[in-house]
Amino acid sequence: MVTAPSVILRAGLFTNGTFMASSTRVTFPNKLLPYVLLAPQLAITAIFFYWPASQAIYQSVLREDPFGLSTQFVGLDNFRRVLGDPNYLNSLQVTLIFSVATALIAMALALLLAVMADKVIRGKGIYRTLMIWPYAVAPAIAGMLWLFLFNPSMGTLAYLVRSTGYNWDPLLNGDQAMVLIVSAAAWKQISYNFLFFVAGLQSIPKSLIEAAAIDGAGETKRFWTIVFPLLAPTTFFLLVVNTVYAFFDTFGIIHAVTGGGPGKATETLVYKVYNDGFVNLILGDSAAQSVILMIIVIGLTAIQFRYVERKVHYG
Amino acid sequence: MIQNNPIGRLIAHAILIIGILIVAFPIYYTFIASTQSLQEILRPPLSLLPGGHFWENYSAALFGGVGRIGGVGVDRLLFNTLVMALGIAIGKICISILSAYAIVFFRFPGRMIFFWLIFITLMLPVEVRILPTYKIMVDLGLIDTYTGLILPLMASATATLLFRQFFMTIPGELVEAARVDGAGPWRFFKDILLPLSKTNIAALFVILFIYGWTQYLWPLLMTNRNDMSTIVIGLRKMISFADADTEWHLVMVTCILAILPPVLVVVLMQRWFVRGLVETEK
Amino acid sequence: MTFRGTSLSLALAVVLASSTSSFAVTEISWWHAMSGANNEVVNTLSKEFNESQSDYKVVPVFKGTYPETLNAGIAAFRAKQAPDIIQVFDAGTGVMMAAEGAIKPVADILSMGGAKFDKSLYLPGIVAYYSKPDGTMLSFPYNSSSPILYYNKDIFKKAGIDDSNPPKTWPEVWEAAKKIKTSGAAKCGYTSAWLTWIHTENFAAWNNLPWGSNENGIGGTDVELEINAPIYVKHFQELADLAKDGTFRYGGRTSEAKQLFLSGECGIYNDSSGGLGDVIKSGMNYGTGQLPYEPEAKDAPQNTIPGGASLWVFAGKSDDQYKGVAAFFNFLSKTEIQARLHQVSGYLPVTLAAYEETKKSGFYDKNPGRETPIQQMMGKAPTENSKGVRLVNLPQVRDIQNEEFENMLSGKQTAQQALDNAVKRGNAAIKQAIGQ
Repeated sequence: MVTAPSVILRAGLFTNGTFMASSTRVTFPNKLLPYVLLAPQLAITAIFFYWPASQAIYQSVLREDPFGLSTQFVGLDNFRRVLGDPNYLNSLQVTLIFSVATALIAMALALLLAVMADKVIRGKGIYRTLMIWPYAVAPAIAGMLWLFLFNPSMGTLAYLVRSTGYNWDPLLNGDQAMVLIVSAAAWKQISYNFLFFVAGLQSIPKSLIEAAAIDGAGETKRFWTIVFPLLAPTTFFLLVVNTVYAFFDTFGIIHAVTGGGPGKATETLVYKVYNDGFVNLILGDSAAQSVILMIIVIGLTAIQFRYVERKVHYG
Repeated sequence: MIQNNPIGRLIAHAILIIGILIVAFPIYYTFIASTQSLQEILRPPLSLLPGGHFWENYSAALFGGVGRIGGVGVDRLLFNTLVMALGIAIGKICISILSAYAIVFFRFPGRMIFFWLIFITLMLPVEVRILPTYKIMVDLGLIDTYTGLILPLMASATATLLFRQFFMTIPGELVEAARVDGAGPWRFFKDILLPLSKTNIAALFVILFIYGWTQYLWPLLMTNRNDMSTIVIGLRKMISFADADTEWHLVMVTCILAILPPVLVVVLMQRWFVRGLVETEK
Repeated sequence: MTFRGTSLSLALAVVLASSTSSFAVTEISWWHAMSGANNEVVNTLSKEFNESQSDYKVVPVFKGTYPETLNAGIAAFRAKQAPDIIQVFDAGTGVMMAAEGAIKPVADILSMGGAKFDKSLYLPGIVAYYSKPDGTMLSFPYNSSSPILYYNKDIFKKAGIDDSNPPKTWPEVWEAAKKIKTSGAAKCGYTSAWLTWIHTENFAAWNNLPWGSNENGIGGTDVELEINAPIYVKHFQELADLAKDGTFRYGGRTSEAKQLFLSGECGIYNDSSGGLGDVIKSGMNYGTGQLPYEPEAKDAPQNTIPGGASLWVFAGKSDDQYKGVAAFFNFLSKTEIQARLHQVSGYLPVTLAAYEETKKSGFYDKNPGRETPIQQMMGKAPTENSKGVRLVNLPQVRDIQNEEFENMLSGKQTAQQALDNAVKRGNAAIKQAIGQ
């Protein structure tokens, strides 16, 4: 099946030496085929994402009761109010701290663990399994677990921490609350990152690393000069995914663990969107906030693709 | 082989064990709780060692407790969840590998626009667009159907992005060689790309299966019949924080049982994580 | 392949959907948020109703937490697929009442079922909460509770406090709490769930004080909060002072504080009467008492206001369906059903007859504490301060209060500042919500 090409593949790898980024990729010349390939995904995206999303965005210029009984066009009023709210700036700051901390911790720990798992010979499978299955805890349930562990009133771990004399009270201490939601959010994402780092490490040819070892490169040097650059496409993928995760997918955790409190210490932008829209049913404000949030994250992602991806070397 | 010094490996083991302790602790804790009596759970702090109610709780959950979920048997809930998880995982992988293939290996007008169109879908969670989405589901007659549970969740930007990232690392010489050999796009895809993507597909399958398995809000909103419900909803139904008593010990058991199928998937997928896609061909 | 698969399953879905709608009996869908033991009660009730007659079939569907259930109902209503009955939590009452075109008053429905609707059969405190200012009952109270006091008898004994005589006023509570703390009987004296519902909304009703203008919102949607009056400030400053040395411990915005009480960390605890089940099951030596009142308020104690949820009926259904709903509500109002519901679930009975029945059966002698929440709600006829609290955006206003309370308890501001801020921000949010 895969005989001839794999020989070519090896040849290709080694004539290149390192996986050089080729600015112009070799492609197939077909005209119609790419559209056919894209069609299924685009169709589903258009029906189940773009159409409802456009409705949600339309909502951002309306004032409407939840049941849709009375609707009034208000132009950019919702945006003006949201942006004029001093609390919104606070949310932005909270989001920034939260997202950067969450993405960094989740990725760094996962990379460390993946590299270690790659290194050991015995027990590889067991380590991998144990590391991945916490991911299988449904988010709807994970919130409950956090409460049982860290809530100062009922958590076992919180109880242990307090019994050492440390005043662990994230319910009233904003910094502790932030630590708590960052660890909860990072914890949930470690398994995910770990798995893709493992997959990424698997596709690095061992022969390359061996060659470097023969040249006398130490372990740390081998990692930073060969493994890490070769892992860059995976790392970049995870960077984008983790940023988006921290921005958009964490309101459930915050809702279960701190509810945005104490005060507004852990109220991130997406938590505000969720709380205003889903819980408090203030549809216009919530929609305006999601539009702003989308613009921020699209901008952020565009920057990542434009500037960070330059440093990524593809084959 | 690289000489791998034993001390380094020992450190690696130590780090892994610490990592697992942190990452898996909540699961361990759930397990501990599932072996305690309700009284012990209700009066924290809970011990960190298993209690003596393992058989009692598990048999109560398996042969009595769990059967109570909404008048529908647990087997039905598990079946629904399995269909949903498999459908989402397989469907997502299929459509995103195709679209990533188109984006990386073809040049055509609007290529980047399409990529971004797919990519932006990451940025508006279901909770925010529930009202309009529900309307579409009703108009298409998808409420209370497996299609309704699966299809809308199949569009995935992450999977497309992952395949794009991986495809970009495939050297251009390979495509060139394939073209010289007279292989068309389809043969290249089938004979070269697919086998090379094995590890990534396995990783994605695990992640997506779990994603589908743990869905809560989507099935909650899109099904109005109890026999279309899923296991996570069933589990959630057992838990009350405020005004009713909750059989926490049985909830914990059900939690553990609900984790088992995804764990099985992880274990089965291990085979696919074989080192050296290149080396194996030697 | 994806396309063929899709259209095939689409066709299948259509066939499936059309085949389910050919029943002889009228189905009544009931979306609810009852989990845990209460979920079984819902299923049992539906089953019993379905077996008691052959014209209607009630189908209960669990739709998640209260906010999730409400969102599902709203989404379905907007797609013209609303269920017949939906359970909405107390704080969502204002939203439902504002949506006049979307709902059908329960009073109308009950009279459609043939039986005449007689308001005097129901517990006045509860009916008032779910009625329009003119007295029309809009929703059917399904699960109601009211805040009571719990205390740990062992801790009381250890601290040398009479354990058969729970504190009745706030000063008595503070005194007992301090005794518990200083004697070392427990690490903390007092904790409370639901600061907003218990310490502002019920504090107002129980002490017969205005919480907001316009009869706390029952008289009209335009409300100005009045919770920064001196008596509230005094109460909250006392809480803040007790929090400084840990005599009072804050447990969270909803009912998380329960664990502080169950674990024996705190000796006295305020929570909804619905929390009794967990307290009993934890096996502790507990006692209950009335919600404490403020002796400085001259009419205290007045009556408490309920929490919990009620059943709303959507508009635009067929007469047949409404008759079915009426039959079901009449079934739920039956004395034996209400009495049992009350005794099994810990919620209050909706009808006076059910209360009398339970009293006669000797249930309260065996279960002291179960009668307290009812007596609190029955004692006096509700005044304009104690009918309830109604805002279109009550959940949002509660969030605001919680935020300010948290900043107060962590020492960032005084009670006066916290309540002033809560009033200022709350009023702005209310104005915004009603479109002014």
